[in-house]
Amino acid sequence: MQPINPVLVQEKLNLLQDQPLYIHLEMTTGAYAAHYDSSKHPAATFITNAVIVYTNGSIAGSGPYRVGLKIEHGGWVYSEGLTHWNADDGEQAPLIMAGHDSQGKLVVALQLGLTPFGNGTEEETR
Amino acid sequence: MTQRILVILPHPDDEAFGVSGTLAKLISEGAQVTYACLTLGEMGRNMGVPLIANRVTLPLIRKNELLEACRAIGIQDVRMLGFHDKTIEFEDKDYLDGKIDELIREIRPTLVMTFYPDHSVHPDHDATGAAVVRTIVRMPPEERPPIHCIAFSHNRETVLGKPDVVIDVSAFIDQKIAALRAHRSQFAIAEMLGGGKPNRKELTKRFGVESFYTYRFQ
Repeated sequence: MQPINPVLVQEKLNLLQDQPLYIHLEMTTGAYAAHYDSSKHPAATFITNAVIVYTNGSIAGSGPYRVGLKIEHGGWVYSEGLTHWNADDGEQAPLIMAGHDSQGKLVVALQLGLTPFGNGTEEETR
Repeated sequence: MTQRILVILPHPDDEAFGVSGTLAKLISEGAQVTYACLTLGEMGRNMGVPLIANRVTLPLIRKNELLEACRAIGIQDVRMLGFHDKTIEFEDKDYLDGKIDELIREIRPTLVMTFYPDHSVHPDHDATGAAVVRTIVRMPPEERPPIHCIAFSHNRETVLGKPDVVIDVSAFIDQKIAALRAHRSQFAIAEMLGGGKPNRKELTKRFGVESFYTYRFQ
């Protein structure tokens, strides 16, 4: 993962628009937040492999970045706090963006791909 | 009689923290260990420092870390069951329990190790322990293997008392540290101990004892 280059991310967003895409959208404080500090309110949410089509998608801000995707039925996808992306994975690769905090821990993620996100290792292994 | 141990935990690295020293000790005494790891920890927040992973590549990286940790411990049989991280408590219970039941029927363990339900902090931990207990409780009492449970909730001693199984693993600290180090995308041991290069004494103090509660069937 590389620090986000907003110009290149915008190019990728333009390539992906107006077609069905698998989305992974996530935000998390970490499962142990309250165990280590009872004043913390642990929260996490993710959606994986829902299908969306967006007609307008753009990246904004000066870092950390925001991304907004305008979807059908007057809907939106919004994500703030993005810092890194998969710069070097090629044209067929999904767009993977994530926001990492000062310790490197993932806080937020937004991914868009032409094929479903899997764990790549589904087979049972001995 | 050969000890056949079935370890059922949800995430790569649960074994390193919870049971690696005990397993290394029992394996040195001749035990056969099967470790069923339910997920690949693919929703973990740590991607390495500096970043070496993303959400898409993390599962494969963690799979390899898991296999390395198991080699360090000496575990003979590793199964990755392919459940999705964070979803164990929402999984179809018949399906989940069925997978555990299959393993128990195949391996006929003399000991099962898992998390103590409701005392293991992470929802996947609690749900894994609950599924193991549910499955074993359904067996005829005389066929049930004992279950040794890891617990680390803040209130465990208030509710459960002191753990009844306390294992000194200081003689196997090298294996345990190697298992912990295998999970390098997830944490650095030096950092866990407050920075600097930890010496053997510090490592033994922090990691030299593993404790379990024998699950009491009602």
